[in-house]
Amino acid sequence: MSSDITSEDGGVVITKMNDLLNWARLSSLWPLSFGIACCAIEMMGSMASTYDLDRFGVFPRPSARQADVIIIAGTVTFKMAERIKRLYEQMPEPKYVISMGSCSNCGGPYWQHGYHVVKGVDRVIPVDVYVQGCPPRPEALIGAILELQKKIEGEHLIKA
Amino acid sequence: MTEVSQISEFGKILIFLITGIIMVCVIFFFNRLLAPDNPNYEKLTSYECGEEPTGNAWLPFNSRFYVIALIFLLFDVEMVFVFPWATVFGNHELIAKDARWGWFSLAEMFIFLGILILGLVYAWVKGDLEWIKAKPTVPTTDVNIPASFYEKLNLEQSKFTVKAFSMGNEPVAEPVAAQTPTELPPVRKPMFKPTFKKPANE
Repeated sequence: MSSDITSEDGGVVITKMNDLLNWARLSSLWPLSFGIACCAIEMMGSMASTYDLDRFGVFPRPSARQADVIIIAGTVTFKMAERIKRLYEQMPEPKYVISMGSCSNCGGPYWQHGYHVVKGVDRVIPVDVYVQGCPPRPEALIGAILELQKKIEGEHLIKA
Repeated sequence: MTEVSQISEFGKILIFLITGIIMVCVIFFFNRLLAPDNPNYEKLTSYECGEEPTGNAWLPFNSRFYVIALIFLLFDVEMVFVFPWATVFGNHELIAKDARWGWFSLAEMFIFLGILILGLVYAWVKGDLEWIKAKPTVPTTDVNIPASFYEKLNLEQSKFTVKAFSMGNEPVAEPVAAQTPTELPPVRKPMFKPTFKKPANE
């Protein structure tokens, strides 16, 4: 469903139920207010006025119950992995995960000698979009949101 | 439209209420219909920012927070009045009409703020902002070691000698040749030898 179907002199918009649901979901991707390390600073930056993630409907929520997407922004230690797992489980479905930065992608600088770092958050929870960078620029996170929106667009929530 | 409306003003509110209730029910019904329902143990536990919930959520709360909240509310409401005042205060048209307008409105706001500050001063003087402070008592023990002993010890410990830096090759400590260990009787390690019974022997 594209946005350029608005008729100038009124009219009727016909769409499929699936497309409508997907459009509604991808236009209001609410992430959990959850940052672990320095990538979280970039995440905050991209939510602030300069990059304004709010224009994509991305609006951080304080509770996992209201969140659609969890942005793993930072180094995932083994201690934190337990919490991340619980937070992910507490999110209502459908839920998505954006792995932001090298640390959460693969362990980053700690991939060899970091005794305390999980080598990739995808070993704990399923990841939908990976963002490369250390830390990634806000543009990269916006790109990840757009990629996730593309992914949601092709989903089928209602089983035929 | 000369005929009198059949619905009174209260009737309109009733229709509004009924429509509201029906709308909420319809939205909840569709939510029930469309939302995936996969409950598990973790999802059903209470949300404690990812921590394991422990203890009871019903905690005794200090009642003196109530006074602080009340005083905060006073100044919170003050802001509600100050913001619309600020827009009128800076109105160029009103100032152009009479130059005294600006001074008048400024004085008015200061009087208003003064009354509120008087309330704060009252609460302060009455001692409502007093917080029970902890009175820490330094533990004392009965020992015979005088305090001057520690001072002397610290003085002695604070003397450092710094080795002069030189670029020359420092004599490397000769590697100590590994001494051939004198013949020790071989230590028998404790070990567990499992014994199996063959079923054929029985």
